[in-house]
Amino acid sequence: MKSKSEHIISRSIMIAGMSSILFILLIFLFLLKEGTPALMEVPLGDLFSTRWYPIENYFGILPLIGGSLLVTFFSILIALPLGVCTAVYIAEIAPPAIKQVLKPIIEILAGIPSVVLGFIGILVLAPFLRNILNLPTGLTAFTGALLLAFISIPTIVSIAEDALYAVPQSYREAAIALGATQWETIWGVTLPAARTGVLTAVMLGIGRSLGETMAVMMVTGNAPVMPNKIMSFFLPIRTMTATIASEMGEVATSSTHYHVLFFIGIILFFLSLIINVSASWISLRRRSREQLVS
Amino acid sequence: MRRFAIILLIATFIFTVSCTTENFDSSKTNSDTTNSTYIQNKGSDTLVNLALAWAEEYQRIHPDVEISVTGGGSGTGFTALINGTIDIANASRQIKPEEIEQAQANGFEPVEFVVANDAIAVIVNRNNPIEELTLDQVAQIYKGEVNNWNELGGEDRPIVRLSRETNSGTHIYFLEEVIRLGSKEDKSIFSADTLLLPSSEGIISEVRDNPNAIGYDGLGYVTADVKTVALAKQTGGDYILPTVKTVLDLTYPISRSLFIYTRGNPTGAIQDYLTWILSSEGQAFTTKLGFVPVGGTE
Repeated sequence: MKSKSEHIISRSIMIAGMSSILFILLIFLFLLKEGTPALMEVPLGDLFSTRWYPIENYFGILPLIGGSLLVTFFSILIALPLGVCTAVYIAEIAPPAIKQVLKPIIEILAGIPSVVLGFIGILVLAPFLRNILNLPTGLTAFTGALLLAFISIPTIVSIAEDALYAVPQSYREAAIALGATQWETIWGVTLPAARTGVLTAVMLGIGRSLGETMAVMMVTGNAPVMPNKIMSFFLPIRTMTATIASEMGEVATSSTHYHVLFFIGIILFFLSLIINVSASWISLRRRSREQLVS
Repeated sequence: MRRFAIILLIATFIFTVSCTTENFDSSKTNSDTTNSTYIQNKGSDTLVNLALAWAEEYQRIHPDVEISVTGGGSGTGFTALINGTIDIANASRQIKPEEIEQAQANGFEPVEFVVANDAIAVIVNRNNPIEELTLDQVAQIYKGEVNNWNELGGEDRPIVRLSRETNSGTHIYFLEEVIRLGSKEDKSIFSADTLLLPSSEGIISEVRDNPNAIGYDGLGYVTADVKTVALAKQTGGDYILPTVKTVLDLTYPISRSLFIYTRGNPTGAIQDYLTWILSSEGQAFTTKLGFVPVGGTE
C-alpha cells in the first residue's frame, strides 16, 4: 500500500519535472511553425536588410538585431563591474549589520516592475541625459542600457554572491596565513575560485537584459536605425522585443508581417538559448571540478 | 486592499468569460446580441477618451447597458472586431480592403459610421520660435530631407521627429496625407530615425521637454504645454491654426473623420447606442473633448 502511494507520488513529481521540457518543445515548435514561413515570403536579402517599416513591406530585421545587441552589450558593461563589486562587498567585506540591510534592498530592487523603471526613465533620466550630454533627444540606446543595467544588477549580485559564499573558508584562511591582505585575498583567491559562478551570474544578467521589453520600449525611442557608428549609442534604436510587443497586437493572423514577427521571436529564442546553455555549461564545469577536489 | 484588488480582478475575469460565451451562443442562434446588454468597444487611441465619455454618459441614462472601452490603436480594434472579441471597433482610419476580406471570411460585413471629426495638430516645443509651416515643409522634415531647424528659419538645432507607432490610425493618416501629400503614386515613408512612441502622452511629454522635437497628434490630445503650428496647404497660402471652425469649413488642411465599425448592420442595444452617439446629445461631447461634431450642425 505504502509503496503504491510512493510510486504515484514519485511518478507525478517526474511528470511535473518533465512537463517543462514538453513546454519548451511545444513553444519551439509553435515558433517554428509560425516563423519559418517568413523565409519563404520575404527574400533573404530583404529580410537581412537595414530598413524596417512593415506596413509598407520593408522587413529588414538587421537594425532590430543590432539595437538589441547594442543595448544588451552596454548594459552588461555597466552592470558587470557594479554587480560583481556589490556581491564582493556583501559577501566578503561588509560587516553583518550592513549586510542585513543591503541584501533585502537589492532584493527589493529586483522586484521593481520594469514599467515603473521605464516611467522614471522617460520622465527623469531621459531629460537629464539630454541636457547634460547635449543630445538631440534623451530617448537613446544609452538611456536604455542604463535602465537595463539597473534591472540586471540584482540578478548578477544575488548569483555572484552565492558563488562567493560557496568558496570554502579554508581558501581565505590559507591566503591570509600566507600574509595576503584582504584585497589580495579577494582578487587573487576568492574571486578566481568563484569565477565560474560569477560568469554564470553575468550570463543570466545578459539574458535578463536581452529579454527585457517594457522599460526598453519606453526609453529607447524605437526608431529602427542601423547602429553602425559610435554615435549610434547616443541615438534612438529599436530592439527586437519592443518591436514584437508593439506590433503583435495590430497584425492580421498569418500575414507576412505576422510571420516575420515570429521569425524575430525565433532569433530571440536562439540567442537566449545560447546564453542559457553557456551559463549551465559553465556551472556544470564548476561542479565537476569541485567533485574532483573533494 | 490587495486582497480586494485580486477579488475584483477575478470577478472581472469571470464576468468577461461569461459574457464572451454568451455572445458566442447568441451568434450561433443568429439573434446577435439582441438579448445582451454588454457592449465591448475597442480600437483607436485617438477616440478612446471620447468613447469613454460616451460610454459613461450612456450607462448613466441606461443603467441596463454595460459598455467597456479600451484603446490600443485602430489596427488593434479591427483585428479584435474580425476575430469576434468585440462588438464595435473605434477607428481613426477607414478599414482596409484586406481587413474587409478577413471580416467576410469570418462571416460578416463591417459597417461604417462617422462619429466625429478630428484635426491633426503639428506641435513643437514652446521655446521653438517656429510659428507656421507649409504641409510640404512638414513632409520634408518627416522624410528626413530637412534636419535642422535653421533650414526653416529657426534656431540652429537638430530636428527630432516624433510619431505614433505604426498600429495607429493617426500614423497612417499622416503618412498618406502629409508625407505623401495625398498622392497615391508617392511611395515616400517616414525617415528611419523617426522616434515611434507607444502613446499620445509620450509624444506630448517629449515635445513639452525637448526644444528639438516636432510631433503630431489629434487636436483632442494637445495641451497648453506645447505649441501648435499653423499650417498652409501650399507656399503662399494662408497659415491656419486648427479650431472647430477651421476644421468644419475645411480651411485647416489636415483633418479627418473618426469612425465606428460594427459587425454587420447593428441591431438592438448597439443600434440604440450608435443612434444616441450621433444625436445632438452625443455629439455635444465631441466639442467638450477637443473634437469636432459630424455634420456641422453647430
